[in-house]
Amino acid sequence: MPEFFLELFSEEIPARMQARGAEDLVRLVGDALAALNPTGTRAFAGPRRIAMVATVAAGVAESRSAERGPRRSAPAQAVDGFLRKHGATREDLREEGEFWILDKVTPGAEAARVIAAVMPGLLRRFPWPKSMRWGGTSGFTWVRPLRRITCLLDGAVVAFDLRDGTDDGHGLTSSNLSEGHRFLSPGEFTVTSRAQWQEELRRRHVIVDAAERRTLIADGVTAQAAEAGCAVVDDPGLLDEVAGLVEWPVPLLGRIDDAYMDLPAEVMQVSMRVNQRYFALRKDGKAAAHFAFAANIVARDGGVAIVAGNERVLRARFADARHFWDLDRAARLESRLPALDGVTFHAKLGTQGQRAARIAALAADIARLIGADPGLAEQAGRLAKADLTTGMVGEFPELQGVMGSYYARHDGLDSAVADAIAQHYAPRGPSDPIPTAKVAMAVALADKLDTLAGFFAVGEKPTGSGDPYALRRAALGVIRIIRDSALRLALRPLLEAADGRHLAPGRDLDDLLGFLIERLRVQLRAEGARHDVLAAVLGAGLDDDLVRLLARTDAVAAMLGTEDGANLLAGYRRAANILRIEEKRDGPHGRPVDASLLRLAEESALAEVLDRADPSVRAALAAQNFPTAVARLAALRPPLDAFFEKVTVNDADPALRSNRLALLARARAVMNLVADFSKIEG
Amino acid sequence: MASVPSFQDLILRLHGFWSRQGCIILQPYDVEMGAGTFHPATTLRALGAKPWAAAYVQPSRRPSDGRYGENPNRLQHYYQYQVIMKPSPADAQALMLDSFAEIGLDPLLHDFRFVEDDWESPTLGAWGLGWEVWCDGMEVGQFTYFQQVGGIPTVLPSFEMTYGLERLAMYVQNVENVYDLDFNGRGVRYGDVFLRAEQEYSAFNFERADTDLLQRHFQDAERECAALLDGNRRLALPAYDQCIKASHLFNLLDARGVISVTERASYIGRVRALAKSCCEAWLEGGG
Repeated sequence: MPEFFLELFSEEIPARMQARGAEDLVRLVGDALAALNPTGTRAFAGPRRIAMVATVAAGVAESRSAERGPRRSAPAQAVDGFLRKHGATREDLREEGEFWILDKVTPGAEAARVIAAVMPGLLRRFPWPKSMRWGGTSGFTWVRPLRRITCLLDGAVVAFDLRDGTDDGHGLTSSNLSEGHRFLSPGEFTVTSRAQWQEELRRRHVIVDAAERRTLIADGVTAQAAEAGCAVVDDPGLLDEVAGLVEWPVPLLGRIDDAYMDLPAEVMQVSMRVNQRYFALRKDGKAAAHFAFAANIVARDGGVAIVAGNERVLRARFADARHFWDLDRAARLESRLPALDGVTFHAKLGTQGQRAARIAALAADIARLIGADPGLAEQAGRLAKADLTTGMVGEFPELQGVMGSYYARHDGLDSAVADAIAQHYAPRGPSDPIPTAKVAMAVALADKLDTLAGFFAVGEKPTGSGDPYALRRAALGVIRIIRDSALRLALRPLLEAADGRHLAPGRDLDDLLGFLIERLRVQLRAEGARHDVLAAVLGAGLDDDLVRLLARTDAVAAMLGTEDGANLLAGYRRAANILRIEEKRDGPHGRPVDASLLRLAEESALAEVLDRADPSVRAALAAQNFPTAVARLAALRPPLDAFFEKVTVNDADPALRSNRLALLARARAVMNLVADFSKIEG
Repeated sequence: MASVPSFQDLILRLHGFWSRQGCIILQPYDVEMGAGTFHPATTLRALGAKPWAAAYVQPSRRPSDGRYGENPNRLQHYYQYQVIMKPSPADAQALMLDSFAEIGLDPLLHDFRFVEDDWESPTLGAWGLGWEVWCDGMEVGQFTYFQQVGGIPTVLPSFEMTYGLERLAMYVQNVENVYDLDFNGRGVRYGDVFLRAEQEYSAFNFERADTDLLQRHFQDAERECAALLDGNRRLALPAYDQCIKASHLFNLLDARGVISVTERASYIGRVRALAKSCCEAWLEGGG
């Protein structure tokens, strides 16, 4: 079967768009050429090209179909419309019952023809995030000017162009030509196959496989760093970006001027990453006096000028950073607070000054509950946003909090306060560590609860597609901090307190609490834990103390993992099924069990065990002793099994039947004290 | 070509190069502006269907970048070298790289990169796509394909190249302080020419400029611009001068710190409205 190869060679594609562009190409071509059954598809993406290869059928066979048209009684316009749509004439129609039928023949076509027919439209509608026009008057757009289209079927050009009526389509015509590295191997070459293209490009200083470039860069900078006794700070996002900036990666190492080594490590790293796409290095656990980067060229002088140039640029960057660092430290953090009243946080949620005041108050509340110093928590909360008005944070917004912490330390504040300011956004993501000191926990929780309460109060809840204020991340942060440190907190009063401090308080907090619980459920599912058990436990009553909620969930999950538990669950389901069917017939069977109607030993035994279990389960739950509560439930298993084995529920005597159903209802009710077992899956 | 150019040599070489590419060489526009893009030779000429190619130096004023002559990298007044070619030629990237070779940056010795840059000027209602051009990690220019100007889509998209001349000169001369730049190859330094101006204008921008007066001037420029575009004989070019003035007055007010965040958006919107009207009037007059 023939090899289909397509390369779209353009001016430099933004790094962040390359991988997605190649995926879209494969998807769209796969759809458009579905009739050719493409297999073995592979995509390539780089700074100046996206490309793909697939094996396709040699062609599509002729196909016939019978298209049903309008009723024979339909007006002439309807019939004309049908004929126009199919490009047929009245003579092609035949009658079948009440309808006109067209026997349509779709002629077969060779693969090249099929490809040439779909390609111009596919390229015209290509979904780049942002496309542009260039050159003359053509309306054909691409992410940056498209310069070549290489389109081959088994090495032969699949001929098409981009003309569209009077639009010249930039004069672009498919060919079998491509280009290598802009400087190292200028000029075009002929492509005969995917494999030859890839090898020829390698010879011409282009690695077309993004993953290979990424590996080359990662290994290269690691090796360079190792020679200087350094390790590279892990940064997968940066690695991806750099792999999208170079066709021929040449790893190089530069030195950082000693004069700047006293800058905070975070400042150096962010400046290098954001402004320069340099990799930060570490040596002996500290920021190293080197940086690594990937050039796109093997320079004539071995890279001497390139390294010197990059070192100079970094000096200028660090000189700028030094300027802000010195300037910012000239004013105390505390003195910046009034300026926060002039900075809008969100139109409906007031200024950063108001936000800081709310966080401070809430942090103090939480501190009292978890045994942290409320005064320190209040101070850290108040100062957490103060660095927003510093020059450094103006330059690098991602250092918010981190800089505040440095400045707080410089002002001689308590180190617990400085740490809390640094960590008040933590955790920023699933792998980001959570604060471990209590003051920091209080402030980090306060920041998130204030954000959640505020945005829920003004109706800015996350939707299926959008979460612009990262409320899911905030909720997950709250959950992680509480879980990891087993903080015993009732969330509802805290959310009420947070809500009450907002401009438009008084919202119903159930949906916010529900949102938090839902994030917890999603989190448990992601961990592979029994999220259905959580749902079952919540079915027995909403709990805003996450630690207690999870302890109860764990206990139930543990019991369900035992043989007793599994059998008990089976018994529960059997009881619930019988009740569901019978209750449909004659309403709920909630009456108390009548002891005088218990005829069989198994009935009496079950009733007896239930009488004992009911108060002891309640007592254990009240004492928050969940393992005991579930152990009491597990004791129900033998009598319940025996009951089902020996007792016929649907007795001929309606009184006996009704009493037995009441007994089962009682068993269900006792188990539901712990969890709604009907929500257990599997 | 290989010798290290002085500041003025740099300009002369770029003039020579772009002149050979068919650009008309213009002189700086005589109204204060924030960037070479504001020059009518770019803003207005980018519109409409008439081909156009020009290159010029434009003094650019960024009042809030003033550092009293104490920062080695920042100036409140600096020079941009601006090239515009309409429609954009197919070899625009190659031309741009050749221009760097012309001033001594050999692409086989240095690391040239094209790094994504979505250019946008909210005050001009203009945007385009292109790149920051990097040489050894330093941005040596901005390359843009104009898509819209004055809120109007471009008929023939232009190629625009902007070089920051001081920064570029510092790089090719291997100088770390702008005031040390060799201006003429005969002993005159950049600081000899501009240091005092930086000191005095920084004081003007941050301390002395009369904000009431600036606010009045802004309103005057806005009113004059509207008046010139009113009636039967619409004067696009004089009106556009008033638009540029308004934009610069806004920048001065901003540097004086008297514009709040919300006012800021409103000022930008007002200048954009002027730019849009001027661009429309320019096209009405045949472009």
